[in-house]
Amino acid sequence: MLTYAVRRVLLSVPIVLIASFVLFVATRATFDPLGKLRQSRDPSVLHRETIRLGLDKSVPEQYFLWLKGFVTGDWGVSTRTGGDVRKMILQALWPTLQLIFWGIVFAVIIAGFIAIYSAVKQYSLADHTLTALSYVGIALPAFWFGLVLIQLLAVLPRQQFGLTDPLLYFVGLHSPGQSGFNLDYLRHLVLPVLTLTITLVAMWSRFGRASMLDALGSEYVRTARAKGVPRRRILLRHAARNSLAPFVTVVALDAALLFGGLVVTEQIYSIPGMGRLFLDSLLTGDVFVLLPWLLVVAAAVVVCNLIADIGYAILDPRVRLR
Amino acid sequence: MSTGTASAGQISGTRAMLRRFRHHRLALAGTVVLVLLVVACFGATWIAPAKQGVQDLALGPTAPSWAHLLGTDELGRDYLSELLYAGRMSLAIGFFVAVVATVVGTAVGAVAGYVGGVVGEVIMRLTDLFLIVPAIAILALALNGLGSSPVTIVLVLSGISWTYIARVVRSQVLSLREKEFIDAAKVTGTSTARILVRHMLPNLAGIITVNISLAAASAIIVESTLSFLGFGVQPPRTSWGNMLSQASGLVGTPQVYLLYFPGLFILVTVLCVNFIGDGLRDALDPQGRQL
Amino acid sequence: MTHDDGPAEPLLVVDDLRVVFDTDRGPAVTVDGLSFEVRQGETLGIVGESGSGKSMTSLAILGLLPPTARVSGSIRFRGRELLPLSDREMRELRGNEISLVFQDALAALNPVMTVGDQLAEAVSVHHPKTSRDELHRRSIELLELVGIPSAETRIRQYPHEFSGGMRQRVDIAMAVANDPALLIADEPTTALDVTVQAQILDVLRTVQDRTGTTVMLVTHDLGVVAGTADRVLVMYAGNKVEEGPVEQTFYETAHPYTRGLLASLPRMDRRDRGERLFQIAGQPPAATALPSGCRFAPRCPSFAADPCAQSVPSPQTVGTDHVAACHRVANLREESA
Repeated sequence: MLTYAVRRVLLSVPIVLIASFVLFVATRATFDPLGKLRQSRDPSVLHRETIRLGLDKSVPEQYFLWLKGFVTGDWGVSTRTGGDVRKMILQALWPTLQLIFWGIVFAVIIAGFIAIYSAVKQYSLADHTLTALSYVGIALPAFWFGLVLIQLLAVLPRQQFGLTDPLLYFVGLHSPGQSGFNLDYLRHLVLPVLTLTITLVAMWSRFGRASMLDALGSEYVRTARAKGVPRRRILLRHAARNSLAPFVTVVALDAALLFGGLVVTEQIYSIPGMGRLFLDSLLTGDVFVLLPWLLVVAAAVVVCNLIADIGYAILDPRVRLR
Repeated sequence: MSTGTASAGQISGTRAMLRRFRHHRLALAGTVVLVLLVVACFGATWIAPAKQGVQDLALGPTAPSWAHLLGTDELGRDYLSELLYAGRMSLAIGFFVAVVATVVGTAVGAVAGYVGGVVGEVIMRLTDLFLIVPAIAILALALNGLGSSPVTIVLVLSGISWTYIARVVRSQVLSLREKEFIDAAKVTGTSTARILVRHMLPNLAGIITVNISLAAASAIIVESTLSFLGFGVQPPRTSWGNMLSQASGLVGTPQVYLLYFPGLFILVTVLCVNFIGDGLRDALDPQGRQL
Repeated sequence: MTHDDGPAEPLLVVDDLRVVFDTDRGPAVTVDGLSFEVRQGETLGIVGESGSGKSMTSLAILGLLPPTARVSGSIRFRGRELLPLSDREMRELRGNEISLVFQDALAALNPVMTVGDQLAEAVSVHHPKTSRDELHRRSIELLELVGIPSAETRIRQYPHEFSGGMRQRVDIAMAVANDPALLIADEPTTALDVTVQAQILDVLRTVQDRTGTTVMLVTHDLGVVAGTADRVLVMYAGNKVEEGPVEQTFYETAHPYTRGLLASLPRMDRRDRGERLFQIAGQPPAATALPSGCRFAPRCPSFAADPCAQSVPSPQTVGTDHVAACHRVANLREESA
């Protein structure tokens, strides 16, 4: 088991490295780190900066210099804020990880429940309704859903009932002066988490339903029925347990989607996380933030894929020996 | 049971396929609604209640009424008409992304699968990159660098979605390659290109068609998301996406109804395309599971 | 175990059983008016081609048919009518008094549960108060009963770590975990190599000797029945065509279909060895398009237009305990005599 995990980690290192190189070349081709200085009348400044940032060297050389800095913890300085990029990213990572954590917890529970319920009640009114809703969930732009949620769940109730505060907040993760895990936090969390996960809940519940139906139609479930195993135990111990491995894999593999959704969600709800950092940096041409950002996100996605593989191996005994 | 399959086989493949598609009620409804939408949007010059961009500043924003079914915006423009005109851009982007991505993805996937070896591996590792970094980040980066003209939007969106099709096609080709009829073609000295086009392509038609609908649907959603972030179709050109992003500031104002309609247009269009895709998949692969 | 009505009432009585599925092409009649009995302690072989309704019959007995199936007739087990029972009541019977061994043991075992857990589950669902230690001991005992060596370590393994034959043994062990009165084995050897088939039949026989269970062996292979069963029932297109003691049925075969089946068996003792094996011409009818008369008539070598195409023949006695459903039984007797 351990060697399996280690092998997977080692295999993913070159993928991340190649990814970083491609991104490095791409960002160097589309961004000019000295853009601001081009207007300067003093050519010596430009020259000095070119030397300081190593821009006179060949692109591969630059890449290795940058990579060396990245690995040793020197991620450079933001041209937008003048701050340490590593600090900026670590700061942005915290709210983002909270969103991702609650998003996955919420989406997995809801999608899992829908999957089991609609598979058991296949072709019932409830199943048809849930299937229809999942079609809608997949077909709507998530950011629009987020905006409509703000209008319907936060703004409208406040206007209707003349509240001073909305029931659900839509700015940031805490009210000013508040922190930690409390009611205020939860009231801030509901809308962003719904926005972030609407598509995933729809996709995962459909996937889960299909694999539950697969399992329920399998011969081992028939065997369990022939043994006289009670219905609830068949559902959970046999069918759901067998659907778990593919489900966990799909959840972990969709992590890249989750990170993408953050860009939009954090923008709507003004959450100072990785998504906001990306957008702010992109709009100001802050190339020294973008590159480490992409690398950190890529690494996070690789970790999620790794979790998918390891999760599969843990949950499905047939994989372990291969 | 055996007689059942025999009688199904006697009907020509295409006719059986059409019959199965017709039996898929959602796909049929989706086709009808989509056709209506396409006709309304591209015939907007004749159908729309108002000419594009005609302002009525004295009128200003109004709620939906019989005079203006979907109301008017802050410049007094008829919102329904504006949405129909904007639909041309959204639908065109969806269509062209689907076509470009499918053509490129099929070609690359078929070559990677058929030639195999190192070439195939390298191509596939390249597509891995797109799985690691969130697509929306790559798209925003690229459009920020290249500028958001309709052409670059189509190219950049295709640049991401071809990889998915390429993967699917490659795995299909890999399994087709082992089939006897391909061997037979090789033995009789048929050229590689001819094998790919004459023997492989017809067998790939199913997944390719399904993927056209998937790519179109996701392109329409992604364009709207990019618009919201500021990288989509730029004014004065309009698309559902940028109308939606312009209306996004109206949350909490009396004109919030302007936010609902573009989103609903996108939702309905994507639903229709997805239903059609489902119908096609069932029609082309009756044994395929519904997912 | 002693009942007042004594050994007179057979263990299982199936009477006029009908199983119909509604399909796009109309109702599919998979079992049509089937009647037979399984007697205490015997082994009854049920033989037929795939689609003859034999598997549907065994699923019907256990109440495991899909909800879309329409079932009518009567199934009495120890004098108790099974068809009206609720799922909860059937569950108490399943795996406890009547149990089932499936054809494909790999698919039939849960891939993510250890073999030991699956064995223990078979016991504990019917005896919930059994202690862990007792379940563990019982699981090992069951594996040893079906001849799996080093059972101590094997119970901690997963089904994919077992060979095909070993899996089928596990499946049998699971089925006999609660000493069922009736064991239905549905094609237990079909997925296996010939050499392993013999071993599994051996295991079944051993288990039957030790536990005294009654066995209903469902198979398409007359050869399997020959060496194992006491009586044999031959099914064709949802009907019973012949039923009788194995010896009689094999040597005084009454029905043309059974004759055809026997003739298509490869046999070492036959003089015409080396010649082509006999095949019954044609295909069995689809369950949605059964012929109006005798179901076998279109393929029958002794077909006669008058009775055969007109009405479905009912079983008639052709010997001691031996019946055949054929209009031309008498004519056939004369011909072969």
